Amino acid sequence: MTDTRTRDGAGTAETSPPGREAAPRARFTDLLAAEWIKLRTLRSTWWGLLVSGLVVLAFNIGTAWDTYRYWRPGSDAAGYIADGIPLYHAFTTNGATVLALCAGAFGALAVTGEYTSGLARTTFTAVPARRPVMAAKVLVLTAVTVPFGAVLAAVSFWATQAVLHRRGVGVPLDHPGALRLVVASALLAPVCVLVGAALGALLRHGPGAVFASIGLLQLLPLVLTDDRYWPALLDHATVLSAWVRFSETVYDPADFAQPWSVGGAWTVFAVTAVVAGLVTVAVEHRRDL
Amino acid sequence: MIEVDELTKRYGARTVVDALSFAVRPGRVTGFLGPNGAGKTTTLRMALGLCRPSEGAVRVMGRPLGERARALTCVGALLDAGDAHGGRSAVAHLRALARSNGVAQARVDEVLDEVGLADAARRRVGGFSLGMRQRLGIAGALLGDPPVVVFDEPLNGLDPEGVRWVRGLFRRLAGEGRTVLVSSHLMGEMEHTADDLVVIGRGRLIAAETLAAFAARGSGGGVWVRVDDPAPLARVFAAEGVTVRPERDGGLLVSGIDAGRVGELAAGAGLVVRGLAERSSSLEDVFMELTADSVEYGTERKR
Repeated sequence: MTDTRTRDGAGTAETSPPGREAAPRARFTDLLAAEWIKLRTLRSTWWGLLVSGLVVLAFNIGTAWDTYRYWRPGSDAAGYIADGIPLYHAFTTNGATVLALCAGAFGALAVTGEYTSGLARTTFTAVPARRPVMAAKVLVLTAVTVPFGAVLAAVSFWATQAVLHRRGVGVPLDHPGALRLVVASALLAPVCVLVGAALGALLRHGPGAVFASIGLLQLLPLVLTDDRYWPALLDHATVLSAWVRFSETVYDPADFAQPWSVGGAWTVFAVTAVVAGLVTVAVEHRRDL
Repeated sequence: MIEVDELTKRYGARTVVDALSFAVRPGRVTGFLGPNGAGKTTTLRMALGLCRPSEGAVRVMGRPLGERARALTCVGALLDAGDAHGGRSAVAHLRALARSNGVAQARVDEVLDEVGLADAARRRVGGFSLGMRQRLGIAGALLGDPPVVVFDEPLNGLDPEGVRWVRGLFRRLAGEGRTVLVSSHLMGEMEHTADDLVVIGRGRLIAAETLAAFAARGSGGGVWVRVDDPAPLARVFAAEGVTVRPERDGGLLVSGIDAGRVGELAAGAGLVVRGLAERSSSLEDVFMELTADSVEYGTERKR
C-alpha cells in the first residue's frame, strides 16, 4: 500500500521546512567509523585474512616440520643456530612472498570494490570531501592489518620454534635478530596492503590493481639483480627485498656484492607505507566518477 | 532548489552537456527528460559533485555540492540501482552511509521501513532484485532527510505496485516542500507524476516549463476518421480548406474542425463513416517531436 504517513518528528508539510540541513558537523571520526563498518561487514574481509594467514602459517610451520622430520641424529645443533637457520624458519621467504601477495590483493580490492560496485558514487555524493574519506580508509585498513600481521608473525615464531625445540634448535624471542624479524614480518602485511590500496586508487580496476600489485611487490625484486649497484639499489628498495634483509640475522657484508643495512630496510618500509598512503588519499580528489 | 547555470561538460571533442541552464523549484516534482544519451546522467552527476563541469556551475541549496564536506542532509540521490556493494547487507550499507554523515542510526530502520525493505534488511544486496535495489537506493536518498532529492531513472525494474508507490512518494516529498528531480527517458513515466518538465536533447535544453505548457506545444491533435475509400473524403476536406493527414491505419487525421463537423461533411458526400474519434496530442508525441527536432538540429550543426 502507498505509505502516506508523515515522518516522525518532521511535523506537517506546511509548517516545517524539510531537512536537517542546519548543522551537519563534519567529523573525521564519523568517516573512520563508516569505513570500519564497511570493512567489517564484508565477509570477504575476514575470510581473506583468515585464509591468507593460514596459508602463510602452513608454509612456515611446514618448513620447520620438514627440518624436524628429517633431522639427522648427531647434527651440529649449535652450528645450526649460529648460522641463523632457526630464524629463517620463523618466517620463511615463501611465507613472506605469499603474505605480500595476499596483502597487496587485499588492499587493492578493498579500494577497487568501491568503484566496481558503484558504491563510490554513493559514498562521494554523501561526503564530497574525498580526501578525508580515503584517509579514513587508509587508517582503517592499517588498523586492521597491523594486529593481523602481529598475531601472524607471533604465532609463526612461537609455532616454528616450538617444533624446532624438539630437536634442540628452537630459539627464544630474545635471540639476536629474532624480535626484529618478528616485528618486520608483522609490518609486512600493512605495508603491502597500503601498496595495494594505492594501486587500487590509481587504477580503480580490481584485477588490474591486483596484477599491478603482484608486479610491483613480487616480480620487480625477482627480475632485479643485486650484483651491480643500480639494479641492487632498486632491488633493495622493494618491500620484499627489504624484508629479506631482516631475515638475514647473521649478516656478513662480505657475502654480498652490494651490501645493505637494516636501517635502510626500515627506511624502505616506512617510505613505502607513507608514499602509498599519500597516493591513495591524493589521487581521488577532483576525478570524475 | 537546484540551479543549473550555463553548464557544459566536454569529454575531449565530444560535448555531452552544452550550456545548459534551468532551475528546479522546491515543492514540485520536476521530470528531467531526454532520449538515451541526451546527457541526463552526466548533468545529475555534475549536480552531485561527482563530475566537474567543463564550464558553468550547478548549485544545490545555493552552493556547488563539491564545496560541502558532508551532503547527505542537503541532497539525497539515487543514481544507479547498483550503487551499493553486493557483499553487504542492506542495513550495513545504510549504517555506513548514515555514520559517514553523523546521521542517527535510528534513521536506518526508519527508511528501511519506509521503502518496504524491513524484512530484507539483513540480506546481502547482491541477492536483491533490481526493484529491491531501487528501493535501497531510495532509502539511501531519504536517509539524511534532505530538502533536495534526485532520482535517476528510479522506475527501472519496479513492478506496477512499486511504480505506484514511488509516484506517491514523489508527490509526498514535494508536498513536504522538498525539491524533487526525477530523470527518465520515457515521457509516459512522467505524465502522471511531474508538475514541471526539463527536457534536453543532445546536451541542450529543449524545454523547461510546466507539464501543461509542454503539452500545449503539441501539433498532433485532431479528429481521426475512417471511411472505406479515403480519397473522396480527403477532397471534400481540401475543398473546405481543412488540413488533413493520412494515418498509417488507413484513417485520416483532420485538424481544425470538431468531430460533429467531420461527420456532417462525410454525410454530405454520401460516405459511410466506419470510425470517428477525437484525438489529443499525447505528451509522448510532443516529446518525440521536440527531441527529434533536436537530433536534426544536431546533425545540421555538424555540417
